Amino acid sequence: MISSLIRMKAIIVKELRQLARDRITFGMVVMIPLIQLLLFGFAINTDIRNIPIGVVDQSGSTAGRVITQSVSVTQVVSITSSYATVFEAEQAITKGEIKAALILPSDLTQRITQQRVLGQWIVDGSDTMITSAIMALQTMPFTDFDFEIRPRVPKTFDVVLYYNPTRRSAVNIVPGLLGVILTMTMILFTSAAIVRERERGNLELLITTPIHSFELMIAKIVPYIFVGLIQIFIILGLGHYIFAVPINGAISQILMGSLLFIAASLALGLVISTIATTQLQAMQMTVFILLPSILLSGFMFPYEGMPVAAQWISEALPATHYMRIIRGIVLRGADLHDLWQDSLWLLAFTLIGLIVASVRFKKSLD
Amino acid sequence: MTKYAIEAHNIVKKFGDFTALNDISLEVPTGKIYGFLGPNGCGKSTMIRVLTGLMNANEGSVTVLDLNIPKQADLLRLKIGYMTQKFSLYDDLSTRENLQFIGEIFGLSGTQLSDRINEQLQCYQLDQLSNQRVGSMSGGQKQRLSLAAATMHNPSLLFLDEPTSAVDPQSRREFWETLFDLCDQGTTILVTTHYMDEAERCHTLGIMEAGKMRAIGTPETLMSQLGAYVIEITTQHSRALKERLLAKPEVKSAAQVGLSLRVLIDKSISEPISWLTNNFSELSSGDLKETRANLEDVFVTVTGEGRQ
Ligand SMILES: Nc1ncnc2c1ncn2[C@@H]1O[C@H](COP(=O)(O)OP(=O)(O)O)[C@@H](O)[C@H]1O
Ligand SMILES: [Mg+2]
Repeated sequence: MISSLIRMKAIIVKELRQLARDRITFGMVVMIPLIQLLLFGFAINTDIRNIPIGVVDQSGSTAGRVITQSVSVTQVVSITSSYATVFEAEQAITKGEIKAALILPSDLTQRITQQRVLGQWIVDGSDTMITSAIMALQTMPFTDFDFEIRPRVPKTFDVVLYYNPTRRSAVNIVPGLLGVILTMTMILFTSAAIVRERERGNLELLITTPIHSFELMIAKIVPYIFVGLIQIFIILGLGHYIFAVPINGAISQILMGSLLFIAASLALGLVISTIATTQLQAMQMTVFILLPSILLSGFMFPYEGMPVAAQWISEALPATHYMRIIRGIVLRGADLHDLWQDSLWLLAFTLIGLIVASVRFKKSLD
Repeated sequence: MTKYAIEAHNIVKKFGDFTALNDISLEVPTGKIYGFLGPNGCGKSTMIRVLTGLMNANEGSVTVLDLNIPKQADLLRLKIGYMTQKFSLYDDLSTRENLQFIGEIFGLSGTQLSDRINEQLQCYQLDQLSNQRVGSMSGGQKQRLSLAAATMHNPSLLFLDEPTSAVDPQSRREFWETLFDLCDQGTTILVTTHYMDEAERCHTLGIMEAGKMRAIGTPETLMSQLGAYVIEITTQHSRALKERLLAKPEVKSAAQVGLSLRVLIDKSISEPISWLTNNFSELSSGDLKETRANLEDVFVTVTGEGRQ
């Protein structure tokens, strides 16, 4: 038992030393989360903001001015000009000066009291992203009046946004990115773990020593748990300070949830490592897991909208369960207890992965 | 202590259709240095892997240190040291770190470990290199480190697979001195080589060729029992003569050594020198003399059959 611990310690120390001396890999530990975060946070911004629009206020009333202001406050649009007639606005759209125009009719005050539709948007429909952003404004509530203006026609439902009322995508992306980056680095590092020993010729010596398969597997993943924690720290820290992602849940819950996922990913990497015979193969298999983890985990597209077959694949991926856990904890302040099914699944995945890897790793050259 | 550290009977090892080890049997006496001599690809490494339980033989039985291999291979691992043909320690760790790693894997810790590391560093003249990364060291230094690592836990049986292949002659000599020291301390050593001078130092030698064990014995016995006469011929037209000599079935081999030809003639001929002068008229004026057989002659004779 003691000697088993000493053996595992020996491998862990060895792995940490090798990792610390491998400058490129070590750099990747920090650079991958940093660059991805900035990339997804700034460049791949699915928020539509500051669409140039014009206003045609035919009512000339106080209500008209208040509504115009409320629309501009959303920051979705930026009012660049106002026109006297609808025709002028249409011209401006055609010329491309503005993307849309808000038309407030002369009977605006009457419409408000009668709770009818207030006005009309005319939109350049050629960019669907812009269209849907303006479409979203059609249900916009107005709260700046003494009484609330909520157009009831022609909708039957109200959509009320919790947790991310301003609908900034960074809030959703940053925790999700945690799942993607951890999938990438954790699987990548461990998938190479055994293969590298084989390729560099260390394996033949290693398997003539008294080390047991299971000890080797455990010791191979422990160092990377620290790596994963560093990455979580970078992503959530920067996400919080640069992109103002709220952290509503307890830090301890975030850590525990993430540890579960890190362990599951590392175990998966080890299984790959026992199958692949070269580092290149290990890399290819990692990508094979990584792509569905990005596309099907709910990071890019909502789980609810996927076809049933895709949902099945999605359920099998550790990343999917982690997306739910981490978004739940970070954004909604949930804890692992609330998310026990996903937590349990990750735990089971880790154990099965470790067992499969140890069974597959034969201390033999046959 | 049993008489034999290793007993293997009728080992057959196949890789697909290819038979890498073909019915090999051997007994390695405890406390002796046993050598496998053979060209590249003859199966030396494969034999070691079968004996250490790294590979399973298709047929045959293996007993090493009274343990049944591969069944009890786990127990065997604590008792043997193995120096692989390809350097298999970690290039990105220092000498000391590598020894520390191996020591811990074999269950050493604390002062016991650090004492042993220092002892090994000194014994293998590695103290100057203790903090140097292994990747930048020379072949001879790496080889000493490999041996230091393989003997960290004082194994009673050592497997050394071509330990001197990347080493200069001077280091090779020193290396063999160390092996004899280990042997004096009671360690059994199984070593593979394709160098004749090294083979000659072994207590017992097995000559392998193409997966077969061609001859087993002490180097002296093998040389004295050589089934051929060794004749040294000093003559001018040696290159042309060599071809004509080899055309005769009685001539087992003819090789240029310096200015002379070293010719092996089958023992079925009773008077080799007169047989030569009778058959090759130009030799009547040449300088012919019979000499002692060396290991290379043995090697050529026993492995020649495979080629014909
Ligand atoms: N894992 C393997 N798979 C297939 N063939 C192998 C394997 N290992 C060795 N061989 C073949 O078996 C023969 C003996 O190899 P080896 O034992 O390494 O020779 P040596 O150590 O004497 O140079 C060679 O022809 C080699 O190609
Ligand atoms: Mg070999």
